[in-house]
Parts: sequence; C-alpha cells; structure tokens
Amino acid sequence: MKPLPDLPLTIRVGGPLGTLDRRPLKPYAEPVLAFLAALSKALLSQAEVREHPDVATFAFWCRAANLARLSAEFDRRHARLGRGLVLHIAPSNVPVNFAYSFAFGLLAGNANLVRIPEGFVQVEIICDAIAALFDRPEHARVASMNRLVRYPRDDAITAALSAECQGRMIWGGDATVAHLKRLPAHPRCVDVAFADRYSLCLLGAEAVLATDDKALAELVRGFFNDSYLFDQNGCSSPHLVLWRGSDASVAAAQQRFWPALERVVQAAYPLADARTVDKFTHLCRTASEVAEVRSATRHGNLIYRIALTALPADIAAHRGQFGTFFEHAAEDLEGLAAIVTERYQTLTCFGVDRQEVVDFIVDRGLPGIDRVVPVGKALDMGVVWDGYMLVEELSRIVHSA
Amino acid sequence: MTGLDPTFWLDQPPFAMDAEAKAAALTQTMNALTEWHRQHCPAYARILDVATDADGPVQTLAQVPFIPVRLFKEMDLRSVPEDQVFKTMTSSGTSGQQVSRIFLDRETSALQTKILSRIMGEVIGRKRLPMLVIDSPSVLKDRNAFSARGAGILGFSMFGQNVTYALDDKMNLDLPAIEAFLDRHAGQPVFLFGFTFMIWQHFYKPLQALGQRLAIDQGVLLHGGGWKKLQDEAVSSRDFRATLQDCAGIDRVVNYYGMVEQTGSIFLECEEGFLHAPAYADVIVRDLGDFSTLPPGETGLVEVLSMIPRSYPGHALLTEDLGRIEGLDHCACGRRGTHFTIAGRVARAEVRGCSDTYEAAA
Repeated sequence: MKPLPDLPLTIRVGGPLGTLDRRPLKPYAEPVLAFLAALSKALLSQAEVREHPDVATFAFWCRAANLARLSAEFDRRHARLGRGLVLHIAPSNVPVNFAYSFAFGLLAGNANLVRIPEGFVQVEIICDAIAALFDRPEHARVASMNRLVRYPRDDAITAALSAECQGRMIWGGDATVAHLKRLPAHPRCVDVAFADRYSLCLLGAEAVLATDDKALAELVRGFFNDSYLFDQNGCSSPHLVLWRGSDASVAAAQQRFWPALERVVQAAYPLADARTVDKFTHLCRTASEVAEVRSATRHGNLIYRIALTALPADIAAHRGQFGTFFEHAAEDLEGLAAIVTERYQTLTCFGVDRQEVVDFIVDRGLPGIDRVVPVGKALDMGVVWDGYMLVEELSRIVHSA
Repeated sequence: MTGLDPTFWLDQPPFAMDAEAKAAALTQTMNALTEWHRQHCPAYARILDVATDADGPVQTLAQVPFIPVRLFKEMDLRSVPEDQVFKTMTSSGTSGQQVSRIFLDRETSALQTKILSRIMGEVIGRKRLPMLVIDSPSVLKDRNAFSARGAGILGFSMFGQNVTYALDDKMNLDLPAIEAFLDRHAGQPVFLFGFTFMIWQHFYKPLQALGQRLAIDQGVLLHGGGWKKLQDEAVSSRDFRATLQDCAGIDRVVNYYGMVEQTGSIFLECEEGFLHAPAYADVIVRDLGDFSTLPPGETGLVEVLSMIPRSYPGHALLTEDLGRIEGLDHCACGRRGTHFTIAGRVARAEVRGCSDTYEAAA
C-alpha cells in the first residue's frame, strides 16, 4: 500500500504520516486489547485524572475486564477485519469524545487518524498517556497504525485524508456532517455520521414519590449529570421531561424532584456569567414563540421549568439551555408517538419499565429514539451509540458461503 | 400622578429629585408603561405572563418586570403598528454579531430628544455650541446601517453648531480642520463629542506621536461607548481625563453610559467618577444567580429603567454589563440620583456540547 501523502498537519501523537501502517487487524485483536487496557491502567494510576471525571470514566470504560466482556459479546459468526484507515473528526468542545471514537476504530481493527480538539487539559492527559505507551515495544504494532493530529479547518487536508480512508467518524452535528459529506471520499469509505440529536427524559411519578432520600439524591444527581455537565448541549442531554402518572401524583412528584435537583445544581453549577442572561433570554423568546407554553417556574436561575398545555409536534425544535426543561404529564406513552422524529436519540427513564418503552418504539415503528437508558446514563458512551454498532460498522465481513 | 403623560418628567431638572419622590413617581410611570406595552405588544405580553413575576402594578422599581436587552437582537418587539415606525435604530456590532433593532415612532423619538436636551443642558448649558466631532464623517455616509456610532453622532450634533469632524475619511487626524475650527471659535466654549476608544486611538495617540499639544481650554468633551477596548490597555476613566487635559487642554471631560435600546436617558459621569441616573431613568443591580437586587457596593448585572420607550417595550432592560451602585442621592458632586460605576461586560464562558466540530478552527 502506498504511504499517505505528506500533509501540513501537526502530529500530536505518533510518527510521520508517511510511516503509517494501514494493514488492518481483526476486531478485538490482542494488541489492541493490550494497548487499551494499558491505557486504562496508565490513566487510572494518575492522581491528576481524579480531577477529571470524564477522563476517569473513559479510563474505567477501557479497562481489561470491560473489553473482555465486549469481546465476548461480539458476534463472530462471520470473519471480520478492520476496514483500513478511519478518519475521526472529533468534537472541538467535548474533551474526551475523541478518545472513545479512537477506541471504537481500534477495537474494530483499523488504523486511525484522529483530529483532536485544542485547549483541554483532558486531551493533553490522554494524549501524553497514549504517546508514552506508543514508545514501548509491546505496543509497536498499535503505535504504527495510529496518529492523533491537529489541523485548522481546512477542506484541502480533510479531502486529501478522506480520499485515503475506508471509514470516517464524523462528529459535530448537521452542519459538520453536511459539510464533510460534500468532500469526495474513497469509494469504499463508510461514513458514520453523528447528526444533531434531541433527547428527553421519562419519569414515573409514583416511583419518584416512592424514593427514599438516598434514592432521590441518586436520581437527581444522575439527572444533573445527564443535563448540566455539557450545559445541556450534549446530544443525549434531555430537554423535555415527560411525567407519567395521574395529575395529582405528577404534581406531588414534581414537588419532590425539582427542589432536590435545585440543591444539586446550587452546589455544582452556580450560574454566574453570561449564561444566565442567555438562559433568561431563551426563556423570554420561548414564551413568545411557543404557543403551547402555559407557564414557567424558575428556581432562581438554576432551573427553568416550562409547563406545556399540550405537546407541540415540533417540541424538538425548542431545546433547553443551561438547565431549562419543558414538562408535560401523561398517563401513557402515546405522546411519544406524536412527537418522535428521526432526530430523537436518548430517552432516559426512571420508574418506568424500559423494556416496555423499547417495545413501544419498535411496535409503533417510531422513526427515532436509539437509546433507552436509566437516568444518569445519558452521557455513557459505548460501542453501541446513536443507533450504530460501531465495531460492526467500522469492520468488514470476510464472507464464506 | 405620573402615568404615560411625560409632562411631569419634562418639568423635572435632571439631577435634583430626591430618591424617594423619584422612585415613587418613576414606579407609577413604569407601571403605566408595562401596561401599555402589555396591551400593544403581544410578544411582550406573553413574556410578561410566562417569564416574569409580573402580576399587575408593582410597588417598587425593583419589582418592575424587566426583559433582557439582548432580546432586541433576537426578536422584533414593537408596541406600535408597523406603519407608525418612522425610524429603526440598530446597535453597532462587529461583523457577524446580531444587532438590536429598535423601532421608533415620532412620539418616542421626540421624547428621546427632549429628555436628552435636558440632560445635555447640564453638560454644555442651554445654548448650542460650536461642535467638534472626534470621528470621521464617513461614519454617516454608510446609510446601510444606521449604526449606533452614526446615530450617536447625529443625535448629539443637535447640541452643536458648525459641526466639524476631527478625522478625515480614513480616520486620520485632520489637524488643519481642527486648527481652523479652533481659530474660528477662539475664546468661545466648544463642544467635543466622540466615542471613548476612537478618541483614544485616533485623536490622543496621533497627537502624542506628533508631539503636538492642543489648547482647547474652553472645551467640554462628552464621550461614551464603553471601556472594553481601553480596559485592555489598562486605561481608567481618570487616566483618560488626565490624558485629554494634557494633550488637548480640555478641562471638562464627561463620560456617559447609555445604549441604543434606551436612547435619550443617558447616565453622565460626575467629577467624582460616578455615573448618575437622571430623574427620567434609574439603575438596579441584580445578582447573577437569581436576579435578586443587590445593595449598594455589590457588583452584579445592571438593569436600566427609562421613562422614554413607548414604541417598543424597552422601559426596563437587563443589560449584560456588570456594575455597582455607589450610593443614592448623596454624591460629593452635589447631584442627586442613584450613582454607580460600570465594571465591564459579564464574562462569557465557552459553552460545552457535542456540536460544531469542524466549524471551529482548531
């Protein structure tokens, strides 16, 4: 195979582009599992990592035991190999996402070029750890296949790389996806595109009422992590809270849930900058633009709750900001059928039978909702993401009839 | 009683009302304006109902429902029929930023002028003065955007005569024009106007580079537009005054704080370095966490109140400026009215999230 052309990009981790080894491995190959497990260990042994829960979560995810479980669950009915070279365009404003994207490409058996974000200490911590492992002889094969790079927005570079790739992981929403798809890619290139998504939460009123203080604290902490950690901008962060139950039990459950959340937000997300003005401006605009808005309840500037008279069909067009949630109550799931479009990604649940929800989505043929997970798990990345089985997507089948 | 009729206010000198009487009268006017806009601007009525605690007339200025000034960048808010709008003002913004759109009818526009005249009387007296604008006439030529800078120059030009520009079309110091202006009006008071940063960058700095010193000893310089760029150069209001005195001999340098969304009711800085609310306006400082009011001495978000806006619901606006009330009524300068200082813009944090990867240049 020809070496990659020399391009004006900055190599953060790995050797020169021209030396990249593009020969694929099979999924969950030994050298890859050994490398990721070593990365997990290296990160978890650093005291600094404790200050960065996102890095710690990634490190915990790629520990040996979890990889072994994923490997055991992997469907090996067909022989598989990595597709070749995968280009990862990682989000510029979420620090650790690039590491997962890279790991998915690795687990599938690919060589990887990862465009990493600037300006996050978490990125540097992970890159330094990877670089140190790449220097060790036991990881030479993995090191030879992978480069972590930086380059400014530059279509010429992305096009030159795309022409060489058999797979692209395109994060960053509709605009980025549309832009990159216009660039010519290798004819065999498979794009895994992460578009703009919308997510929501379903809470069972009776279950919330039945929580003891400890369970309630865990619930609101999970809801906080899902929503506030990325300023409610994560594709899986909820914007709509659907309550399931009678009007009376929902009203009582709201009285229990929101003040408990307010205490968490107060301690962990004191909003004291321009975001508070953004949030209030957004509330004012929503009030005038969405006819179904009945009223708003403001918990200081920590939580804005917007009550609806009815669920607008286009509710997904009205996202919350910095802890702004639309709320609606219903006795059943029918409301979902009326609003869900292909844009819907994650439904976080509490006090609701998740299998019942999955069955509803499938039986009713809903065009969206790819994930039904407990409250608190919205941001948990994994090899199944956004409706894709990523290791399968990024590997090819060697079929024998 | 003060309601929508501005007569009461037009009879008030700008800096003589005592705090209690002013608060009571202004609260009444605010209540009348809130009700007026509620009835005439449906979008505002929805905002009042949903996003504020408004529920009929209020007792204090702090209780007057306010909306974010930024809303005028995101929505068209109008309290008069479209055919009564005779001028649309826009805020200046750097390229790519959204600009405010402020709709003026004749009544509001006239009221802006009347109120501004009363405040300007405190700066330059009752007569028009020969005026030197420290800017380029080209600012007015681009009629595409009736920018805040152009609007400011035009608005304040009403208080001048023989208006002369100190900068040429390329923003270079036009010394011959300045010297001719000073010769023409030697021994007379003159009025100078400009934007703070423009004065520093295109008037003071070239004079300094040339080693030139002007003697505008009967000049009154009014300047505004914000300190952000000068704060980057660590220039304080005091430095600014001393520098202008030194390079141009100007004894009286007056900073003002105001915004296109409340044109007319500007806040003037006194000799003590404090901005003063005139009778027709007021400021409230609010906590960033819950928008509760903060006592004097504490820094928070500045809300501005003005009795002028009729054609758009801009009588109570939450700005994105940080400031601090320094006192009520008892400023050493002798002027009454809430006095305060502005500490700059509220910090804008980088927003996290999954979108916009490729767009942001790494």
